Order: sequence, then C-alpha cells, then structure tokens
Amino acid sequence: MEAQGIAVHGLTKTFKAPQGPIRAVRGIDISIAASETVALLGPNGAGKSTTIDMMLGLAQPDAGTVTVFGRSPREAVDAGLVGAMLQTGQLIRDLSVRELVAMMAALYPHPLDVDEAMKLTGLEDIGAQRTQKLSGGQTQRVRFAIAIVCNPDLLILDEPTVAMDVEGRREFWSIMREFASRGKTVLFATHYLEEADANADRAILMAHGRIVADGPTTEIKARVGRRTLRATLPAVDPATLAALPGVVSSDRHGDAVILTCSDSDQTVRALIGQYPQAKDIEIVGAGLEAAFLELTGEPDVDEPPVLVP
Amino acid sequence: MSGIVYARYELLRTFRNRRFWFFSLGFPLVFFWLIASPQHNKIIGNTGLTYAAYYMVSLASFGTMMSMISTGARIAGERQAGWTRQLRISPLSVRAYFRAKIMTGYVMAILSLIGLYISGALLGVHLPAGHWLEMTGLIVVAALPFAALGVFVGHLVNTDAVGPLMGGLVSILAFLSGTWFPITSGFLHSFGQFLPSWWLVQARNVALDGRGWSTRGWVTVAVWTVILVAGAIWAYRRDTGKV
Repeated sequence: MEAQGIAVHGLTKTFKAPQGPIRAVRGIDISIAASETVALLGPNGAGKSTTIDMMLGLAQPDAGTVTVFGRSPREAVDAGLVGAMLQTGQLIRDLSVRELVAMMAALYPHPLDVDEAMKLTGLEDIGAQRTQKLSGGQTQRVRFAIAIVCNPDLLILDEPTVAMDVEGRREFWSIMREFASRGKTVLFATHYLEEADANADRAILMAHGRIVADGPTTEIKARVGRRTLRATLPAVDPATLAALPGVVSSDRHGDAVILTCSDSDQTVRALIGQYPQAKDIEIVGAGLEAAFLELTGEPDVDEPPVLVP
Repeated sequence: MSGIVYARYELLRTFRNRRFWFFSLGFPLVFFWLIASPQHNKIIGNTGLTYAAYYMVSLASFGTMMSMISTGARIAGERQAGWTRQLRISPLSVRAYFRAKIMTGYVMAILSLIGLYISGALLGVHLPAGHWLEMTGLIVVAALPFAALGVFVGHLVNTDAVGPLMGGLVSILAFLSGTWFPITSGFLHSFGQFLPSWWLVQARNVALDGRGWSTRGWVTVAVWTVILVAGAIWAYRRDTGKV
C-alpha cells in the first residue's frame, strides 16, 4: 500500500441559487497516493474548483469526507503541508515581489529559501518591483512562487495557466514538473486535455459534479480524444461511411458529412482512397465538453455513470 | 512568531500607502491648524477649553476613528482580491490576521495622535504629564469599538461601498459627537451620549480638570465594544462560509 496523499469519500456539495439548487459535487470518491501527479480534468462547471476548495478546507462539504495525508484539510494546512494556487486571486499591493514571497514564506514552518523560490519561478529580475505594477503573466508567476515557497508536500493548482501565453505555459509546466520530481504530490485542475496528457501520470475526469473516468492519461486521452471529420461529399449514404475504419458514428447535413472518429488519421486515408471526390475536408478535435457529454449522457441524471474499469 | 512577521509587513504596506498619509494623518492635522490656529487661546463656548485644546482632541478622535475604520477598507479590498482565501490556506491563524489588522489601525491612530499633540502643544496646550497619558489612555480604549466596526464593515460590504459608507459614517458620528462644535444641551446632547464616538471626543475633558469619563462613558464604550465584536464575528463567519 502506497502512502496516502488525498482521500475523498462520498464528497457532496450543493449551492443555493435563485434558479434552484446547484449540485456542484455529487458524491465523489478520489484516492491519490503521495508523490503522484494527477490532473483533474473537466469542462467549466464540472465541479473541479468546488472539489479543490473542499480539499483545502475553504468550503465545508454537505456530506462525505476529505483527508490530506491522513489529516483534515485544516490540520494539513495548519501544519504547512499544502501549497495552492487558487483559480482567481490578485496580489496585495504596496510590497515588492520579493517582500511578498518572503512574507508568505515566513508563515510556514519549513519554507524554501526565498531566493531559491524566486529563481525557480524566474522572478529574480522583477524581485524589486511593486506587486501592483506586474503584468498578468508576471502576477501568475508570483502566485506560483507563493504556492511553492512554503515547500509543501501537496501542491494544488486550480487552472494555473489561464492567464498565460504559450511560452509562459511551457515554462510553467516545466517548473511544475521539476518541483513534482522532488517527491511532491501534485493535483492540478485544467480543461485542456493536452495539459493533463503532458504533465500528469493520471487524469480524473469530472463532469456535472461526478467523476466519469479515472485512469492513466493515455487511457483517458483515447476515450475523450475523439475528432470530428467534416467533408463535402454529396450522394453517399452516411451509413456506408460509418463502415470506414476509425469511424464511430456518421451524420449528414445537406452536402456535408460529419464523421466522429476514434482514429481520424485512418479515416481520412480511407475516405480519400474510396471517395476521391470528397472535398473541404476539416478535422477538429471534439471539445472536452462534447466528449464528456458522450461519457456522462444527460447532465442531470442522478444515477452515477459507468466508470472506466 | 509568524504572526509578528505578518504584522510587520502589514505596517510596511500601510506606510507605503498614500491614502493613509492623507486621510489618517494629513486631514486631521490640516483641519486642526485651519480651525484652531487663528484663535487658539480663546475659550470655545462654555466648555472652558481653548480652541487649541478642544480641536486637538476633536481631531485626534476623528483621526482615530478614521484609522480604525479604515481597517475595514483594507479587509474589503483583500477579500475582493481573493487574498483572504490565499491566507486562509496558510497556517496564519485568524486571530493573528485580525491582531495584525487592528494593531496597524492603532499604530496609525497613535501617529495621528502624536501629530496633533505636538501641534496642540505648539498652540499653547499645556497639561501635566499625567493628563496627557490619561487622555491617550481614554482614546485608546474608546478606539476599541471602532476597531471591531472596521472588521465588521470589512466583511460585510464590497470595496465599492466601503469608501462612501466609512466616509458617511465617520462624518455623521463626528458631527453628533461634538467634534466640530460643542454640543452642550438639547436633544443632540442627550442622543450623542449613547455613541462611542461621543466618549472618544469627551477624552478632552481631561484637559479641563483631569476628570476622565463618568461611569456612563465606560458602560457605553463597553456595550458598543461587545455589540460590534459580536457583529464582526458574525460577519466574518457569514463571509468565510460563503467565499
């Protein structure tokens, strides 16, 4: 038995809203071993942030339990075991970047050296700048520095790359992987399948407040990585097209055919081979939302969906 | 230990904030010199106090209220920025957080007090050392309900509302408590005595004859402290349960 990182059982949270209760999290179970890196993957509104808030003790579950390294979230936080970058948040003003990072380090029992954290997150050059004068990308890096300067055993990141450009994201994930390689447990929320695939060993898929799949990222990618192929191809029966290799389902809108593919590479080769008249071929990744809907069925059914074995 | 470091940074941030220098320190000092200096040795109304002594304590009370309640603006700002949530996932205790905020309010208030005492002394306010201390002590005690009010307001309203609310509240309280001119009789006099700010301003009577507050003063300040501390705790719980 591996050492326990995070254990979640039957976690449930419902919010009151004018249009009726919002069942943000509907009884989920998660088990994450110490030093695992796990992606919490799902579209907006899947319940990722609510789940994270309960793991951090920022929200109280209506039912169910969360333990972090065998303790309650509050105890784990008080012991300085947890560092987190929340989904939203600005920095307080009137301090320099270095002062802010040093202030946060001082609140924890076993922090990293402040200069080390600054260097790791690429903040050395802007250490003397005031926090209110940073760009969006710089602010995110300072927030990341705050999350790791406490030298946590568990690092939680809630959609950390939202405000970053491509280069910023690449750098961010490389720092994250470096930090994770020190034996840290990492849980990050994202709605990008690519981010989960590239940076986590395992992905947990959430949709409509439930876990719809949990497994190695390669498996998850195969399940939700479907693509849609569109082509202008009049006068061919969609049912015949459904028999092409790699096609899961087919449909027709006027002259256009729409093929949902599990392996679009094979499909496109076969399509051009058999129907050279096909034109305007487009292949797009199915959005996560669409893939999840397929996995979850109706958004509001109460029965739990069938999980990936 | 960590709470002390946090409080130190909190103070550093306050001193770097221009609004603090303007509202808590500059504003009362400028008003004092404008109102009191032309006739500083004259007695105001039937109070027995010189203009200098009267307005020295009046504006010290004003600065104290401003300093303590501005804690609310700082809390509201940090809540809106999501910073409060960041601190809640650190080992910094809730007590240490409020201690730092209230201590900062007191440091600001004391600085404002020192500025006005020096100005008052320059305009001829002479008191025995014991009276200066007693006056300071009363102001420090009467500032307590306002510290709680700051926390209360900071967790109740957002940053857009907190400025006007604080400005309006301090202006009304200052008016009703005889900050700007003596209120010695009538309805306003009877009503004012129910306010904690009235007793804050009444600390000036020490300058007259060394008399502090009546029992009523102590009771009023104590009752308001209890009410506002309860309100602050309620607002904090309501706020953090939700946000």
